[in-house]
Amino acid sequence: MTFKCRSEFSSVAHSLHTLYTNHPFQLNPDFADFHVEISAPSNLRRWFRRQSEFVIDGEKPFEPLPLSQAPALLEWGLNWIIVASCHQWFTIHAASLERNGQAVIFPAPPGTGKSTLCAALAFRGWRLLSDELTLLDLETLEAKALARPINLKNASIDIIREFVPQAIWGPEVFDTTKGRVTHVAPPEESVVRMLEHAVPRWIIFPKYVAGAEPCLSPRDKSQTFIDLADNAFNYSALGEAGFDLVARLVDRCDCYDFVYSQLKDAIDVFDSLTG
Amino acid sequence: MALTAKANDLTGRQLLVNALQNPVCLSELPLAKWDTLIRLARVSNLIGRLAEAIDTVKLTSHVPDKALPHLVSARLLANHQRQAIRWEVKHLGDALNSLDAPKVLLKGAAYAVQSLEAAGGRVFGDLDLLVPKTAIPAAEAALMLKGWGAEGVDSYDQRYYREWMHEIPPMVHRGRGTVVDLHHNILPLTARYCPTIELFFADAVPSSVPGFQVLSPVDMVIHSATHLFYESEMRNGLRDLFDLDALIRQFSRDRTEFWPLLAERTDAIGLNWPVFLALSCLRDILGAYVPEEFFQRIRVNANLGSMPEVFLTKLYYWAVWPKHPLIDNLPSRLSRFLVYIRGHYLRMPLRLLLPHLSRKALGRLYKSGSGSDHR
Repeated sequence: MTFKCRSEFSSVAHSLHTLYTNHPFQLNPDFADFHVEISAPSNLRRWFRRQSEFVIDGEKPFEPLPLSQAPALLEWGLNWIIVASCHQWFTIHAASLERNGQAVIFPAPPGTGKSTLCAALAFRGWRLLSDELTLLDLETLEAKALARPINLKNASIDIIREFVPQAIWGPEVFDTTKGRVTHVAPPEESVVRMLEHAVPRWIIFPKYVAGAEPCLSPRDKSQTFIDLADNAFNYSALGEAGFDLVARLVDRCDCYDFVYSQLKDAIDVFDSLTG
Repeated sequence: MALTAKANDLTGRQLLVNALQNPVCLSELPLAKWDTLIRLARVSNLIGRLAEAIDTVKLTSHVPDKALPHLVSARLLANHQRQAIRWEVKHLGDALNSLDAPKVLLKGAAYAVQSLEAAGGRVFGDLDLLVPKTAIPAAEAALMLKGWGAEGVDSYDQRYYREWMHEIPPMVHRGRGTVVDLHHNILPLTARYCPTIELFFADAVPSSVPGFQVLSPVDMVIHSATHLFYESEMRNGLRDLFDLDALIRQFSRDRTEFWPLLAERTDAIGLNWPVFLALSCLRDILGAYVPEEFFQRIRVNANLGSMPEVFLTKLYYWAVWPKHPLIDNLPSRLSRFLVYIRGHYLRMPLRLLLPHLSRKALGRLYKSGSGSDHR
């Protein structure tokens, strides 16, 4: 996928340069899938309590955000475009990672520690496919890699900073509706190999519970079907194809619930999955 | 507009229209032009129609790999929406089963249930239903029983809709989030030249869904044209023009007397001017075929006067285009502004309009003021 990004703000350029340092760059591509812009609103907020807006093809799908959040706004905007316009894939609100050609999918609502676990695994032997949006091929079910920055919030930021000292970070922003927010750059290997797809093998619903021992427990497949469909963005838009896809996916994957409190333990459990 | 020009030399506007009217010209299109085409088609809500058009001429295999996913995605979405609107009509039928009054599906819903060519690749919004004014309370009550209700409409808006408009406030379904617009006329009661709605009911024809009717083919064209030229914001101007083109093409092919019928009916209803402007735009922008005889007849009946005629055709020629950085220019911006004023002027007399707009402006100011306090 090619995004053509324009912005008048140096913070956006700087953040792109930091977070996408290993991605291929092109100055004037013949074809871009989406042309996006982070710009100043055309009112007083251009100068006074400055704001930034996300613009795609002349349209502004969101309310403006404070200028400090401009780099994050670009990331959220890109997610939104994929969800709103890309029905050539099955799109799940889920993280996904790969190892030995097999993918694990974490479909989970926000606040379950999905991104934290995803970030930790991505830096310890698993290849990051995607943190926020898992894209599956409608025919083969293969998971596509987006290899975009991982969005972390609040305490997760400090945990991952400590856990992965070498990670590269985007600017940290306070005072959003989500709390403290930042992005961490994807590991180099996941970017270099982003054209390699992976076949889903596990569907795991992680949940961070303070003080809990790591526990991987098998999960009912019919319940997993419902929860996957719930977390998919275009389940109903794809109609019968969507139903059929989720059925095939649940059929072929091992489904688990996973409770954890310590990332180290979690990684051991995931290592044992691949044997 | 030269439909035979080589695709490489076209401007963005010509490229978009050409691609939709004559998709065969796309077989040699360079990748950079596909980039422009996809962007303009998407912003005009015409990308689904583009995908359909390309598929119809069996050119999908010639589409570059990079552009193809966008067309595939648009077709999937359009197919889903066509199915979804039929499903919604079924629910509506269940809800209004016992309502003993004519129920006429309008616009997108009518195109979808009748499987008209205009429904191909189209994106659907709200479901528009026309019932006689006397049946509105019963229809509203029946819909409320089945989960539809007005959402976030204050008492001022309620009054605005009920006293002046041709529809009641949009009703949102609690479970499915779908929206029904319940109409009792095709134009606001306060509008200039508000037509006698009984004429439309009298000619309505049965639809493919038992219990529902659709407007007769000529009325469907007249309604579509009227709707477009009474708008104050042409958010989907070009899409609506392509709808009209598809309707007219299909109806005039199915029935040889379509054109005389259209001219006669347009005059009888008294909506000559919007139909004249529609035909002008179809000719000038889409290069559509309109028989001279009937074009002139409707033009004469519209009796706009030579100056307003030139001015209005030019105005809409520029105003229908989507607001996109690739094609936006001063004439378009200016025309959009004038259409905004004209649309309001057409829909409401000034003595009602001025207080209404001031109240809306104050409301917005208040809202944005309280919004920033939350930050």
